[in-house]
Amino acid sequence: MARTMKAAIPDRSADAEVDVSMTVNGEAVSRSVSVRMLLSDFLRHELGLTGTHVGCEHGVCGCCTVLLNGRAGRSCLTLAVQANGYDIRTIESVAAADGTLHPVQQAFKECHGLQCGYCTPGMVMNIVARFEEPGKLDLSDEGIRDLLSGNLCRCTGYLNIIAAVRRAAELLGRA
Amino acid sequence: MKPSIFGYQAPTSIDEAISILAGDPDAVVLAGGQTLLPAMNFRAANPSTLVDIQHVADLRGIEVGADVIVVKAMTRHREFELDAEVARVNPLVAEVMQHVAHVPIRNRGTVVGSLCHADPSAEMPLLLVLLGGSVIAQGPSGQREIAAEDFFQSFLTTARERDEIITEARFPVLSKGAGWAFDEVTRRHGDYAIVGVGCVLSLDDGGRASRVQLAACGIADTPVRLNEAENTLTGTVLGASDLDAAVAASAAAVTQPDETHVSQTYRRRALGTLIRRMVTTAAQRATQMETA
Ligand SMILES: Cc1cc2nc3c(=O)[nH]c(=O)nc-3n(C[C@H](O)[C@H](O)[C@H](O)COP(=O)(O)OP(=O)(O)OC[C@H]3O[C@@H](n4cnc5c(N)ncnc54)[C@H](O)[C@@H]3O)c2cc1C
Ligand code: FES
Ligand code: FES
Repeated sequence: MARTMKAAIPDRSADAEVDVSMTVNGEAVSRSVSVRMLLSDFLRHELGLTGTHVGCEHGVCGCCTVLLNGRAGRSCLTLAVQANGYDIRTIESVAAADGTLHPVQQAFKECHGLQCGYCTPGMVMNIVARFEEPGKLDLSDEGIRDLLSGNLCRCTGYLNIIAAVRRAAELLGRA
Repeated sequence: MKPSIFGYQAPTSIDEAISILAGDPDAVVLAGGQTLLPAMNFRAANPSTLVDIQHVADLRGIEVGADVIVVKAMTRHREFELDAEVARVNPLVAEVMQHVAHVPIRNRGTVVGSLCHADPSAEMPLLLVLLGGSVIAQGPSGQREIAAEDFFQSFLTTARERDEIITEARFPVLSKGAGWAFDEVTRRHGDYAIVGVGCVLSLDDGGRASRVQLAACGIADTPVRLNEAENTLTGTVLGASDLDAAVAASAAAVTQPDETHVSQTYRRRALGTLIRRMVTTAAQRATQMETA
């Protein structure tokens, strides 16, 4: 049967666009994007910041975690338009410009806190956010497990990541 | 997956938000998005328009009064958990909030959003029911206060009309000397509760319970006040046989049917264990008060 679908195909997308502006890793960015664009896709596809990973898109795996106004949050559960006016930080901002690793990254390296590295950006952003909060860190096994509980890793078995959090605390003088 | 096509509005006043909801039967409120966006990513929810209320200044903040803690709609889980004034007047709040999801989710999700979602396994609806709190609903025809026990009607269903915004929740403070406790059974830390139990109680100068509040989540299609167990325990010294009687009196409150991973019998046992533990912990934390 001949396909005569032409009339049914609209000549314009019904997908509404919206202007969004935010600060990403210290730089002001503005784009016109679909309202349904997730912040994770905005970072990856619009800005090319592919260090923010995407696993589940329903908030469970944690690998898309970025800092929204200084607090860790899921970029897959945030629309780009919701982040209008926000200050966003991604894994690309964590190491120094000359490539010197952040103490949390250095600790992951020393303690073998990663294998494939898929979960690592989300882990690091979550840990960096906690280290930037004032007050004493809970470095007991239970405290570190609670900190990491929203980030899944399918490779390491977590023990080296727990060790990396302790090592990072040492490197940052927070132990 | 990605959400299907929808429109987006970012009102700056409550009236504006309500008029958008009133004018479009498929428009919904977007608060923290920690329930709505996963549902939209799965295409389980397909709203026509999202009404993002984060820019409404009147919907932000926590006010601690003499009797109640007023939690405005955009207050995030984490703000409620860490607020020092809240902890002073109601230490149960922080104990409950630590069980909700993980910090990155708690940084974004709102307390009122959780109440509106009304998952019967969720912790915040249980807290509101346990404390006998209420919510304020505002719609085209004005404002009304809805008591917790009337608000939660069944699974994911509240008494809110679809063109109403819940502008705030009101959580009572604990009375002086009251003891408190909350714990839950979950398969993994940060999951919704399989069964959760909260308790608030006061003791008279003889060590007898003068007032007992007990509630559970995960056992029925709404959070439940365990009235029979409360009545059984009131006036007793909360000894082992009193606890046995309270556990027996609450067995019928478990109506959630068997599920793949959890049977009704398991929930009933978990409920009994949690009641014993929570009443005991709350009693240890209560200070004995001179009765008039
Ligand atoms: C990985 C993960 C784990 C989680 N674990 C738990 C857990 O253990 N326990 C738990 O309780 N929750 C858990 N949650 C859910 C979380 O607490 C949600 O944030 C909360 O249920 C909804 O709040 P929100 O602000 O994100 O609401 P949204 O997702 O924005 O909205 C939820 C619903 O409420 C409506 N709504 C929101 N605010 C209003 C308002 N002011 N007036 C009228 N309608 C409104 C929305 O239209 C929508 O239908 C989890 C979520 C994730 C992603
Ligand atoms: S991709 Fe965001 S939590 Fe999994
Ligand atoms: S290192 Fe592979 S998932 Fe964590």
